[in-house]
Amino acid sequence: MQSAVESSGAGRGWLVPAGTVIALVVLSLASVLVGVGHVDVAALLSGRADPDTLRLLLVSRVPRTAAIILSGMAITIAAVIMQMLFRNRFVEPTTAGTVEAASLGLVLVAILAPGLPILARMAAAASVALVATVLFLRLVERIPARSGLIVPLAGLMLGGVIQAVTVFLALRFDLLQSLATWTNGDFSGVLRGRYELLWIGFAVAAGAYWVADRFTVAGMGESFAANLGLDHRRIVATGLVIVSLVTSASVVTVGTIPFLGLIVANVGSLVMGDNLRRTLPWIAVSGAAFLLACDLAGRLIRHPYEIPVGTVAGVLGSALFLMLLLRPGTRLG
Amino acid sequence: MADAAPDRSARRETIVLAGLAAAALACAVLYMTIGVRGGWAFVLPFRAPKLAGMVVVAVAVAFSTVVFQTVTRNRILTPAIMGFDSLYVAIQTALVFVFGSRVLATLDADWRFIGETSAMVGFSVVLFRWLLSEHGRGIHLLVLTGVVFGMLFRSLASMLQRVLDPNEFSALQDLLFASFNTIDAGLLGVTGLASGVCCAWLLSIHRTLDVLSLGRDAAVGLGVPHARLVTRLLFVVAVLVSASTALVGPIAFFGLLVANLAYLAVGHRHRPALVASALIAVVAVVGGQAVLEHALKLGGVLGVVIEFVGGIAFIVLLMRGIHR
Repeated sequence: MQSAVESSGAGRGWLVPAGTVIALVVLSLASVLVGVGHVDVAALLSGRADPDTLRLLLVSRVPRTAAIILSGMAITIAAVIMQMLFRNRFVEPTTAGTVEAASLGLVLVAILAPGLPILARMAAAASVALVATVLFLRLVERIPARSGLIVPLAGLMLGGVIQAVTVFLALRFDLLQSLATWTNGDFSGVLRGRYELLWIGFAVAAGAYWVADRFTVAGMGESFAANLGLDHRRIVATGLVIVSLVTSASVVTVGTIPFLGLIVANVGSLVMGDNLRRTLPWIAVSGAAFLLACDLAGRLIRHPYEIPVGTVAGVLGSALFLMLLLRPGTRLG
Repeated sequence: MADAAPDRSARRETIVLAGLAAAALACAVLYMTIGVRGGWAFVLPFRAPKLAGMVVVAVAVAFSTVVFQTVTRNRILTPAIMGFDSLYVAIQTALVFVFGSRVLATLDADWRFIGETSAMVGFSVVLFRWLLSEHGRGIHLLVLTGVVFGMLFRSLASMLQRVLDPNEFSALQDLLFASFNTIDAGLLGVTGLASGVCCAWLLSIHRTLDVLSLGRDAAVGLGVPHARLVTRLLFVVAVLVSASTALVGPIAFFGLLVANLAYLAVGHRHRPALVASALIAVVAVVGGQAVLEHALKLGGVLGVVIEFVGGIAFIVLLMRGIHR
């Protein structure tokens, strides 16, 4: 990164990015090797691994690790885009009703058109998520006093309202069990052939990086964007579509992971600063590393059983969110 | 006070309270009689304990919310939104974790409740005294912190359940999670007694509560031992929340709804506000359950309906900027 030289701590500008990449590599290796089935590293390296081990790696371990990395990066990028569009540090898909709306979409599909292929299910979830997020954006625009903390508060409550509708439908149509798998993030079901949707989510999120500057400008307000010759409405719409697609891709395949993007994006900007053009890739890498760490913890705490990653991330995420909130110097509401 | 105005408002208050009491009674009768087939000897043992449980929950939630809003001087804060009942669930789970589910399952329900409530009182008084002392940093920070604390407690509880025994996880959930449809009748006696004592005490000090709602400085100036009173009130709130959560589990927005409706109906003075909120709560729970369970055959959705209506009410209150 050439711009690293320009930053004030020029001498150690590469330290944090390098650290995140090393963490990602180490955690990925650990994620591939840890599990109930034994993997003989020495045999693997010398090329004398038996076919069973190879199959275990290719069908289960590698797809699982890939799924975690893809969804970790995609969710984090989606959260950063939302924070720019809403001009609020505490907004992300799980604090704006987006995730709850995506699972409402899945429940609706399961009731109205149970036979749909997975891509159509994801599209339906994304459309409901988009509607809810636009609704939330309208809501936020009407908040009278500019208070940063009302926004996530209203978003969490909106999520609760949407969730109530979802639970009601699930109760009526006997779908509570399916709903549970969409509302709690879990990678234990990931096998080859069952996570590839995440590539779409990742591709969309990666594409968003190329237009990241526009989101920053859009976040500065409608007139500012118009002054610079940008179509504010179109940028906001693009951003919300990206967020909805990424969110529904991850809800369909792995479920909800609370506060992931919020924590990583905030800690990232504390450590690396706010120049997103430079920091976004490393923030995304840290998101993947954080999710890998949560998943590993879930696999190790009660080996050979598993604790879903959504539960682990829920504990860590809300604890870190509290620390961010109660840190001296939080902008007051 | 010989003025005509207070006199008229007092009469209005009496009429409103009498009307609410009549409505509550009507709901109770409706709940007991709607769709009854077969003899009373069959229906009574089924419905009477559920009715009693709902009344205990309604009164406990209403009183704890009004008092908590007085302590925090705020109309959008409730114990449930601040994570009190999630804390109770976390403590329940933690005790199962420490002592083992078999020991607790054989233990008498009353003793289990007393143990859990003692732990709850200790924890919550310390935690919420600390949180409320952060109050100076802004009300939105306080609410958001409470909401996130609630999520932390819920995640911790579900994590402990998984660590405890992933295979018997669902069996344990029956022990831990109650709902309006599965009120734990074994706990009726002890929870009813505890809530009754707490509510009677709160009613007996209604004038002191009126003074407290003027704010800390005014209350101290008028001779109220502020710090000691707040600690005692948090203690009582913790007991009431434990009672209602043990019976039906967490119901996030119920208190918010009934307390704000009560303020609309009879104003902020504590004696009428406490009584009115309790009556409104009984009407909502018993009437709602009568309609949903017996008339529409939709057992088990009352909590969801409350969540839906309450969430919208919360957002509306937030948008209107009513923080007082």
